[in-house]
Amino acid sequence: MADLTTLQGLRRSPLQDMAAELRDGAVPGERSVALREEPFLTMVSIRVEPGSEAARGIEAVLGTGLPQQCGEVSAQGAHTVLWLGPDEWLVVSSTTPETLVGELLAGVGDGRAQVVDVSANRTVLELSGSAVRDVLEKGCPTDLHPRAFADGTAITTTLARVPVLLWKVDATRFRVLPRASLAQYVAAWLLDAVQEFAPAGPSAQAGA
Amino acid sequence: MLQIKCPWCGLRDETEYKYGGQAHVAHPEDPAVLTDEEWAEYLFFRDNPKGPFAERWVHGGGCRRWFNVVRDTRTYEVLAVYTNNEPRPEISLALGSVAAAGGTP
Ligand SMILES: [Zn+2]
Repeated sequence: MADLTTLQGLRRSPLQDMAAELRDGAVPGERSVALREEPFLTMVSIRVEPGSEAARGIEAVLGTGLPQQCGEVSAQGAHTVLWLGPDEWLVVSSTTPETLVGELLAGVGDGRAQVVDVSANRTVLELSGSAVRDVLEKGCPTDLHPRAFADGTAITTTLARVPVLLWKVDATRFRVLPRASLAQYVAAWLLDAVQEFAPAGPSAQAGA
Repeated sequence: MLQIKCPWCGLRDETEYKYGGQAHVAHPEDPAVLTDEEWAEYLFFRDNPKGPFAERWVHGGGCRRWFNVVRDTRTYEVLAVYTNNEPRPEISLALGSVAAAGGTP
């Protein structure tokens, strides 16, 4: 039972009400897809001039360089840094937002940078299985073939016509980061999109 | 579907972009000294060429950055893509062949 006397106990994730639906929507078999929410990850937005004193301070705190081009992801310990633009990044972390923002601001010192806790902006949908790419390709206009979209990279694009961050962990594991207000729509779209990959069985015949 | 090569993200579908009108329209140095006609000219009057046209685009569905595109208004062919810090590439008006190296997809 959640402790309802603390903020941690009271908070609700964008896809909390769809947890069971996501679990039951998993498609087994040869072309499998499983969905689940990875809620409450810390996300911090950084804007800073690459190569500047402030950027170097931030990199020292993160323990890794800020990715230099579209798609690049760098990781060190609890922190993963995604490229969002030529002077914009998103840190996804298991550290608390307060701790991370405080440390990063200390790293910036007197330099010029923007460090903002945006943890509530997006949630993370984890898709795993052999047919994940096929499912995403139904609603994403960007080329997701491995020659264009390598393992361990992340891009900003659209899925089902809404903006998302698409993060490819490996060939069978993707993370979709929609805005909180669009998360239920994206999840519902995905639940519908995976249905065609279900193996034909008695239940499929009954529904026909 | 038009495809445009964002200077930072590479080739993406037109649906990820928004159009921003003619490029290289400089804001007047001292708007207060302009006549109404000159101010109206700056605000509302734009070129409408048949052929290569330098225009602004923003990659709103991606890196959210503005940049410039030279597009042939007859064929919709994207002839060059360049950042705001780069000069407009020389484009031959004849058949829209690119003289300077640009980001032709
Ligand atoms: Zn871009």
